[in-house]
Amino acid sequence: MRINRINKKTPTIDPTVSNFSEIDKLLAEYKGRKGTLIPILQGVQEILGYLPPRVFQKIADATGIPVSDLYGVATFYAQFRLHPVGKLMIKVCHGTACHVQNASAVSSAIEEALGVKDGDTTADGLFTLESVACLGCCSLAPVMMIGSETFGKLTGSEAVKIIKEIRQRETSTTADLVNNK
Amino acid sequence: MQNTKIIVGLGSCGIAAGAGKTYQKIETLIAEGNLDIKLGKTSCVGMCYREPLVEIHDATGVYLYGDVDESRVSEIIEKHIREHTPVKEYLVKTDLFPTPDDTFLKDQVKITLRNCGMIDPEQIEEYEARGGYEAVKKITAEKLTSADIIKTVLESGIRGRGGGGFPTGMKWKFAAGYPSPEKYIICNADEGDPGAFMDRSVLEGDPHTVLEGMIIGGYAIGASDGIIYCRAEYPLAIKRLNIALGQARAKGYLGIDACGIAGFNFDIHIKEGAGAFVCGEETALIASVEGRRGMPRKRPPFPAQSGLWNKPTNINNVETFAGIPWIILNGAEAFAHYGTEKSKGTKVFALAGKVKRSGLVEVPMGMTIRDVIFNLGGGIKNDKKFKAVQMGGPSGGCIPEYLADTVVDYDSVTATGAIMGSGGMVVMDETTCMVDVAKFFLDFTCKESCGKCTFCRIGTKRMLEILERITNGEGKPSDLDELIDLAQQIKENTLCGLGQTAPNPVLTTLRYFRDEYEAHINQHKCPAKVCKKLLTYSVNEAKCTGCTVCARNCPVNAIDGERKKVHSIRQDACIKCGLCFTKCKFDAIELS
Repeated sequence: MRINRINKKTPTIDPTVSNFSEIDKLLAEYKGRKGTLIPILQGVQEILGYLPPRVFQKIADATGIPVSDLYGVATFYAQFRLHPVGKLMIKVCHGTACHVQNASAVSSAIEEALGVKDGDTTADGLFTLESVACLGCCSLAPVMMIGSETFGKLTGSEAVKIIKEIRQRETSTTADLVNNK
Repeated sequence: MQNTKIIVGLGSCGIAAGAGKTYQKIETLIAEGNLDIKLGKTSCVGMCYREPLVEIHDATGVYLYGDVDESRVSEIIEKHIREHTPVKEYLVKTDLFPTPDDTFLKDQVKITLRNCGMIDPEQIEEYEARGGYEAVKKITAEKLTSADIIKTVLESGIRGRGGGGFPTGMKWKFAAGYPSPEKYIICNADEGDPGAFMDRSVLEGDPHTVLEGMIIGGYAIGASDGIIYCRAEYPLAIKRLNIALGQARAKGYLGIDACGIAGFNFDIHIKEGAGAFVCGEETALIASVEGRRGMPRKRPPFPAQSGLWNKPTNINNVETFAGIPWIILNGAEAFAHYGTEKSKGTKVFALAGKVKRSGLVEVPMGMTIRDVIFNLGGGIKNDKKFKAVQMGGPSGGCIPEYLADTVVDYDSVTATGAIMGSGGMVVMDETTCMVDVAKFFLDFTCKESCGKCTFCRIGTKRMLEILERITNGEGKPSDLDELIDLAQQIKENTLCGLGQTAPNPVLTTLRYFRDEYEAHINQHKCPAKVCKKLLTYSVNEAKCTGCTVCARNCPVNAIDGERKKVHSIRQDACIKCGLCFTKCKFDAIELS
């Protein structure tokens, strides 16, 4: 059972009000239809990046499903996150093919380079590191996915190099934005 | 150059290997050179090991190029297109002369994968041009009844390809036997087995065949609705399914009087799974579709009687549905012609791990495991020694080298202690530690246990703790008996397939590789040199340059040595974290 995820510290960032109007739209769309709880949670997570506590009450009010049931579902499935994540998810595949081709070396190299543990977010809020079960690209093992891009046939140092490049790209675009203001 | 066509393989693994960039590059070159060439897309042909793949059709024949990254694109365009000389060294397959990769395809029989890599999955016309939707047209033309179809499926002998191996025709017969105005047919596309990717490939490469299979199944059992329960981790598959659904509706294959069959009102919708391995179990999948925690329930009643929303429901796997149109069109005998006495037809395997050619293969049931790995797969990577193959994922087991002549069919594989499962085949060589593999799977099932049955929830955890102890060098001789005892209890006292099969990876490795467990426990050694805590790290004096990197990175300061002088590791202080090994740029840290 995935019991660890429930007890982590409560998030500090709260979503902005403008995002809530999108959630209202989503809830209206599913109103009165049965079996829509999972799509609703998926939709909310798509909008906010995670499922903050305030949202549960909102969904409960709109659907009539008790908050306890909502938490039950949200903590059951691997996809749902109760904590904010970084701008980019680093998903390191730990499927069988990746495991026998040393995916743990990839994970530990990234953990060391970023100074975070599996499931945590870097201090600058750019990356969240996550181990996943299988990305389905077994022939390219070991594999990781950053954002929507997949990288295959990795070693620990190659993975770190890719992440450093992405960090540089991301920080320079942010700097550009600041300079242009 | 007229009628020349270039097709790029854009499946998930192709894209991961850089096929998107290859496609863009070809597009640019065509535009820049003002070339009269059609550029098309297809999906995975199964040769994942040579991705990105690019196929050129010209007046002289068909040429499939492999490993086509951006740099090779220019060369291929220059030589093949402009100078009309195919670039032989990059060729993977052509009808004009043999290539080393021919053995990958030679013994394959493609029924399920018949269109994968052959058509643009986003164009319904391309599917139709290869006999697509002919099976549903046959139903109307020959006025086939539900009973006719079930009879054909029964006679074909096809068994559930998701792992269960239950005869599909029988399942349909049960579902058809419970009349109800609301009845559901569900396609299980929640491919959760780590190491299997055939369902993804079929959905991405040939979504219409799955829809056609579901339409036929829906008609046969009298369903009112179809649902595809697909993993959210497969965004490309979901995208292509949505495109396919739109096209099928527009052409009247779905909707009111679907396929022109009066009174057959049938449509299909997609439900995205949210990531839970246990949802591969039918009753858990149904709970998940209903929006609840995906926990299995006791059977009976079976879903055929009372399933989704308490209505009769039939669930089949992607691969099963994908084979149905072919069976209806070509007849039960054509399908049953392949395979063994009790396992008919072909099976798709996802070949991965330490094998030279990894990818998807479809072979007739009854081929030996050795042939799949060595003839099709080309043998073991870096010519290391073949040790075992893992079949059936977390519910399966490891089949050792000396049983490699076992044929692949449901019963023979089950006899080894593994299961056919969905068809993952992860090849392992001498550098794979079997205790570590068992621990890996137990860790997976332990996390994925839904928690309902005590023996699964707590039993897998206790087994995992024992395995962790053993791999840390703290194992006791009594541990092995305790593992077997726990395994037996978990198998006997759990409700669903996840729990009942969870101990299989431990039981099979214990059966075939007991000596490895004993080496860990008695000699505190990991023969495959995988379990870090059991290794000794030392400095190879000939290779050490005295760069000090290891000493600076050692978290416990167990490495001594001055700059430009040979370093040494104090064994009593070493915590075996392996950091020096990964940090050393000169391969001077040795494991023993």
